[in-house]
Amino acid sequence: MIKLVDLHKAFGANKVLQGLDLEVEKGESRVVIGGSGSGKSVILKHIIGLMKPDKGDVFIEGVNITNLDENGLYEVRKKFGMLFQMAALFDSMNIWQNVGFALIRQKNLKLKDVKEIAIEKLRMVGLVGVEDLSPAELSGGMKKRVGLARAIAHEPEILLYDEPTTGLDPITADAINDLIVEMKERLSVTSVAITHDMQSAYKIADRISMLYKGRIIETGPPDEIKNTENPIVKQFITGSAAGPIKVEGVNHERILNRA
Amino acid sequence: MIKYVELLGKKIIVFSEEFGRILLLLLSTFKQMMLPPFEIKNTVKQMLEIGVKSLPVVLVTAIFTGMVFALQTYTGFKRFGAADMVGTVVALSMTRELGPVLTGLIVAGRAGAAMAAELGTMRVTEQIDALETLATNPVKYLIVPRFISGIFMLPAVTIVADIIGIAGGYVVTVGLFKTSSVVYWKRTWDYLEMGDIYNGLIKACFFGAAIALISSYKGFYTSGGAEGVGKATTGAVVLSSMTILISDYFLSNWLFR
Repeated sequence: MIKLVDLHKAFGANKVLQGLDLEVEKGESRVVIGGSGSGKSVILKHIIGLMKPDKGDVFIEGVNITNLDENGLYEVRKKFGMLFQMAALFDSMNIWQNVGFALIRQKNLKLKDVKEIAIEKLRMVGLVGVEDLSPAELSGGMKKRVGLARAIAHEPEILLYDEPTTGLDPITADAINDLIVEMKERLSVTSVAITHDMQSAYKIADRISMLYKGRIIETGPPDEIKNTENPIVKQFITGSAAGPIKVEGVNHERILNRA
Repeated sequence: MIKYVELLGKKIIVFSEEFGRILLLLLSTFKQMMLPPFEIKNTVKQMLEIGVKSLPVVLVTAIFTGMVFALQTYTGFKRFGAADMVGTVVALSMTRELGPVLTGLIVAGRAGAAMAAELGTMRVTEQIDALETLATNPVKYLIVPRFISGIFMLPAVTIVADIIGIAGGYVVTVGLFKTSSVVYWKRTWDYLEMGDIYNGLIKACFFGAAIALISSYKGFYTSGGAEGVGKATTGAVVLSSMTILISDYFLSNWLFR
């Protein structure tokens, strides 16, 4: 369904992706974990064609999207829904217009029908009576739900989640995780999420891939990842500052001595 | 010495890059302008924003400019007995120069800043990326309506500024200095040609396009969070204003010689 082959991407001297390979099967829920600034968001932006790789290919249902022109890319993007880290709701529109945006643009439906569909999608993500509010009137968790409703409104085949639980309290974060699982079960979509929240990863993933130094270094189901012997993955999932992953500006010797 | 040459070289590269990107954005805007669907609702909204909402400030500026111009011209021209030419001077100055330039500068400060800030905020909060993921071309959806509005609304507001400026001159010349109303209007119409008006409006069209393109460009390519939005907004006003003032000379040289 989604296949990234030997992907390279650099921003100036900073090589973010260095030969990354990733394959996500149809209907699968894949979570990519990795540290801050490791290039997780860059992967999502390549999958949906917002970025072009310096080298390598991105295949969506067998179509290599790296060579597509603008119109071809927009056609492919109709298969996608994406939930952004800060929800990225349009400030200039109210909630139902946000949710129904793709329907108004792509399907030429009447506004009355779009509003009905938007209200239905909002109900699916547990929001009732917010359709006429503006994004500024909602809390962070509610914004993410609206973002999710917008992502599923045009019934996409693939859902991308960019740090779905970042910035939320643990309870709201868990509610979002539940929603993601529910979306997968109800809509049978293929999904790719990126996160560094391990609780979220364990809950929503069929398989977890660890991104480190521009490559996927390990992939496996949550249970396998939990019991990994790979010291890098182990350090990341246990959230320890001591280990092979070095944090810039941190005195690692002192941490090791203390340990 | 090498340090300064290096610095100059870097500045030239940055300028060339920026100029090239603005040109590419202009080409993309023209291309998207020709392709359906046409963003009529968005364009009307931007016309209100750029034109109608700029009117009050433009009106105040135009009336006082016309008034002060008449005041200065009358007291100066009186010295060599040409006080009855005030109407001509005010009308020619407003239509050929002050109307389009002042309107351009005000719209650049008001609507241009707002454009850059809005698009910049949309960029840093990923709203522009969100548009792309919802299969909507952001140049078509965001920039084309602003560009079209700039081209049409600047001349429209300039016409109003011209009229109000001339009326301001009339108030001072006739009301304050008690000269003949008939002489003011006669001198105005005797020497004012249609070319003065429409060439002024051509300049306004160009200024409108420049403000919309530059401000949209600055906003569209914002990076660096809130600080980046601030820089984009300042940059939009500065670059638009400089473009208006510099291009004004060349346009005037081309249109009025």
